Amino acid sequence: MTKSFPWWLRDFLWLALFVAVLIGLAYGLEAIPIAGIAYYNRILVIMGINITLAVSLNIINGHAGQFSLGHAGFMAVGAYFSAYLTFYHFAPRLEKIPEGTEQWLMQNVYLLIAVLCGGLLAAFAGYLVGLPSLRLRGDYLAIVTLGFGEIIRVFILNIDKIGAARGFSGIPHWSNFFWVFFVCGLTVLVSWRLVQSSVGRAFLAVREDQIAAEAMGVDTTRYKVKAFVIGSFFAGVAGGLYAHYTMYLNPQAFMFVKSFEVVAMVVLGGLGSISGSVVAAVILTFLPEGLRPVKDFMPGGRDPRMVIYSLMLIVLMLTRPQGLLGRRELWQVLRRRKDAVPVDNKEDEGSAPIQ
Amino acid sequence: MANGNALLDAQDVTIRFGGLTAVSHFNLTIQPHELVGLIGPNGAGKTTVFNMLTGVYKPTEGEICVGGVSTHDFKPYQITALGVARTFQNIRLFKELSVLDNVKIGGHIHYKYAGTSAVLHTNRFHAAEETAEKEAFDLLKIFGLESRADYYAKNLPYGDQRRLEIARALAARPKLLLLDEPAAGLNDRETLDLMETIHDIRDRFDIAILVIEHNMELVMGICERIIVLSFGKTIAQGTPDEVRANPVVVEAYLGEPAEAAGL
Repeated sequence: MTKSFPWWLRDFLWLALFVAVLIGLAYGLEAIPIAGIAYYNRILVIMGINITLAVSLNIINGHAGQFSLGHAGFMAVGAYFSAYLTFYHFAPRLEKIPEGTEQWLMQNVYLLIAVLCGGLLAAFAGYLVGLPSLRLRGDYLAIVTLGFGEIIRVFILNIDKIGAARGFSGIPHWSNFFWVFFVCGLTVLVSWRLVQSSVGRAFLAVREDQIAAEAMGVDTTRYKVKAFVIGSFFAGVAGGLYAHYTMYLNPQAFMFVKSFEVVAMVVLGGLGSISGSVVAAVILTFLPEGLRPVKDFMPGGRDPRMVIYSLMLIVLMLTRPQGLLGRRELWQVLRRRKDAVPVDNKEDEGSAPIQ
Repeated sequence: MANGNALLDAQDVTIRFGGLTAVSHFNLTIQPHELVGLIGPNGAGKTTVFNMLTGVYKPTEGEICVGGVSTHDFKPYQITALGVARTFQNIRLFKELSVLDNVKIGGHIHYKYAGTSAVLHTNRFHAAEETAEKEAFDLLKIFGLESRADYYAKNLPYGDQRRLEIARALAARPKLLLLDEPAAGLNDRETLDLMETIHDIRDRFDIAILVIEHNMELVMGICERIIVLSFGKTIAQGTPDEVRANPVVVEAYLGEPAEAAGL
């Protein structure tokens, strides 16, 4: 990196470019004259939220190797808390502001604050869940996180102020294409820069071998909790944006099935591969939608899309158990790694005895 | 403690697992720049001693001090920060990471910075990463691994994996290096190379080394002082010649022909 160019200026220029492109895309997509563009727009936004969820879960599951099944729970915390803030505090205040630029500005500021608070509360929940992961590994941790996700859901189900079982309706439609993909890009960037740094290396070391990591001076406890906090923060933010996009929240949407969906994205893309998570999130968002027309060819109008969807998942996992990209990133797979050493080189280990 | 400037001072260390006394009344003092060997038949408790020194196990009795600081309540990573690094008997590399990253993680305590620095790519991040890269390459050069920096650690030949483990431990800039059977599984020529390397890194980095080894040739060849463990008890210690001549040691090794042949 060139040292004469201050880091913040370079990042700022990239950020400006990114924002400009996003604004252009947001307006451009609205303007495309296709029937039902709103439907496609909606899928795109859901895709952006799913990418954010998958990439943030990848920090916990893929990088730090802590198998978490509670991502829907973190998302729910962020969604409900930000919706609560908006509904009871921000929306009434916004109504007092006369319509115009100021209102528009305050709406986005309120959205950011609400979503950020949702993310922070989710991060705190992640901290609480991260604590047992100090003692538990593998399957045991998976069960604890699964339980935690359900606890959150049942908790929400019993708070009347946020709709309980009726669901939380009347959330203003403040979130949009721009914010969703802005957060999405931010999540990818943070995740990517972390994994290229000493923090990310510590995550990977914990995943690879905890005892060795500890012997190398890595405070494994701290980094496990850190991974949980970062991952659940972005899940909470994604949840907040989701709440402000769909305008309605129901505890049913945050059942463990949702967690599995995100886990499926991460595993399908390849645990530990950021671009893999992105690709898999895109595929798994579009696949069920893309399979809708199949119904027309079926006798009796039955809808086989979920069957096809599951079959495709099974076939993919059988043929590529390491995920689409394995642990590599997209460009590494495309260009092939420099070391042409085959992955399974058990023969050429030479004088290797079995320990 | 009795010895103020000792690097490592273990006094009367005992560990019991249930009813089994794995190591009893173990004493060890290591001065800077010393090369000490720890030998003994299988199951004598050598690796248990290592695990206590590095904080993996807590001794039931006795006290271990590193650089005058009692490590009783320390976790392994805190002991590493005091300047004790180790390798493992059954190689524990970060298999799915590159050779370079393995060494960089070894130096984790020296290069770490806040996550925000990493995300914002601040000057601190660039400075730390540059140092990490340079130091890691320097270490790889010493072990002749720099051309393989991009390889996954698991793809290295066995001998190189052992050497990478030592390089990774050295990246922590230890004052005391603990090697757990570094020659296990190496052939004679590789073992000779390793002996030279161990001697060389002791002088180059000015560190003390404690080595567990089954290979008598290696231990007798390079160690200045040897401690013999058998069934958790220290049965002899002294220079290689003293230990070799000690009848108790010979007796402990009888019944293990492969070892006895080396004595």
